[in-house]
Amino acid sequence: MEIVKVGIAELNVVKTPNSIRTSGLGSCVGVVIYDELQKVGGLAHVMLPDSSLAKGGIINSSKFADTAVVDLYNRLIQIGGRQSVFKAKIAGGAQMFNFTNGNEMMRIGPRNVEAVKEVLKKLKVPIIAEDVGGNSGRTIEFFPNTTILTVRTVNQGVKEL
Amino acid sequence: MPYFENISHAQMDVLKEIGNIGAGNAATALSKLLNKKIDMKVPDVKIESFNNIMENIGGHERVVASIFLRVEGDAPGSIFFILPLEQAEYYIQTATSDTNFSFSKPPYAELSLSFLQELGNILSGSYLSALADLTNLDLYPSVPALGIDMIGAVLTYGLIEISRESDSAIVIDTVLTDDIKNKSDSVRGHFFFLPDPGSSETIFRSLGVLKDDNGGNS
Repeated sequence: MEIVKVGIAELNVVKTPNSIRTSGLGSCVGVVIYDELQKVGGLAHVMLPDSSLAKGGIINSSKFADTAVVDLYNRLIQIGGRQSVFKAKIAGGAQMFNFTNGNEMMRIGPRNVEAVKEVLKKLKVPIIAEDVGGNSGRTIEFFPNTTILTVRTVNQGVKEL
Repeated sequence: MPYFENISHAQMDVLKEIGNIGAGNAATALSKLLNKKIDMKVPDVKIESFNNIMENIGGHERVVASIFLRVEGDAPGSIFFILPLEQAEYYIQTATSDTNFSFSKPPYAELSLSFLQELGNILSGSYLSALADLTNLDLYPSVPALGIDMIGAVLTYGLIEISRESDSAIVIDTVLTDDIKNKSDSVRGHFFFLPDPGSSETIFRSLGVLKDDNGGNS
C-alpha cells in the first residue's frame, strides 16, 4: 500500500489499496474524482482557474482548472473508471491573505473553486462533498477503498469528507 | 520560452547582490529592533520548480510564520519573510515579555501577532527600499500580510503571476540567523524575493547588465 503524492500543478490516479495525497493547498484546489465500485480515484492540484490565463509557450494542462479536471477525468477512464458513475470531492481555494488593494489575482482561491465546479458540472460529475474557502491551508488524502477524503488543517486537525 | 532562460553569470550576480543588499538592510533593522546580533548568509539565487521551492524550506506542509508583501511598480514581485515557528515565538516572547506565548496555544494574543506583523513590515520594507535604492526603480509595497500556516499554502501566493508563464521561478533566498539560536540548523529566517516575469529584465536593464547591451553573452 502506497501513498501517491501529487505536487503543485500536477495530477495522478490510483487504484485501491493505494491512496493519493497533496499537501499545503492554499488558494489551490484539490479535485478528486473517483469510481466507488472500481475503487479507482484521481487527484489534481489546480493552481489557476483557466488556461486562457497562460502566457506564451507550452501549457502545463495540470495547472488550470479547465484542462486539469478534463485530463483527470480521462486518466481515470484509462485505468478502468466508468464516467457514468464518477463522483467528485473538492477541497482548498482558501484566501490565505487579505489584501485591501483588490488585486484580482489575490482572489484566486474563490475563482479556482468556481472554475472547478463549472468544469465538473459540464462533465456531469456530481460533487459529493467539499471543504472550500476559509483562510487555512489544507493537506488532503483520498482513499479509493472507502472514498473518504481526509482534510487536515493547522488549527482544526483532521476531518473526513 | 520560460522568462528566465539564458540568464548570464553577470545577471545572476546582480540578483545575488539584490539579496545581499535587501536582506542586509533588513538584518540591520532586525538587529536594532531586538538588540541582538543577526548574521546573514550569502544569498542563494536559483531557478527552481514550484515543488522544489517548497521542499527546500522544509516541505509543503511545514507550518511557518510568514509575512507576505507584494511589490508593485516598475518591477513587480513578491517578498516573503519566513520564520520557523519557534523563532517567531522566541522573538515574540523577547519583545512582548510574554514568556508563555506559544503557537500551539491559540487564540494568540493580539499584541503578539501585531508585533510579528510589525516586525515583518519593518523587515520587508527595509528589503524593498534597499532594492529600490540600488536599482533606482519605482517600487512600492502592498500592506504586508501575516500568515501562520503551511509553507505550500502561503508561498503559492507569490507564485501566481509567475505560474501564468512557468512552473519554475527565480528565487532569491537569503537566510538570517540569530546569533544565540543558531545552534540548530532549522532555526533561521528566510527572505525570499520572487520577481514576476519581466521584472528581472527591468532590474537588469536598470543596472546595465541586460544581455542585449553587450551582445553575444550567453
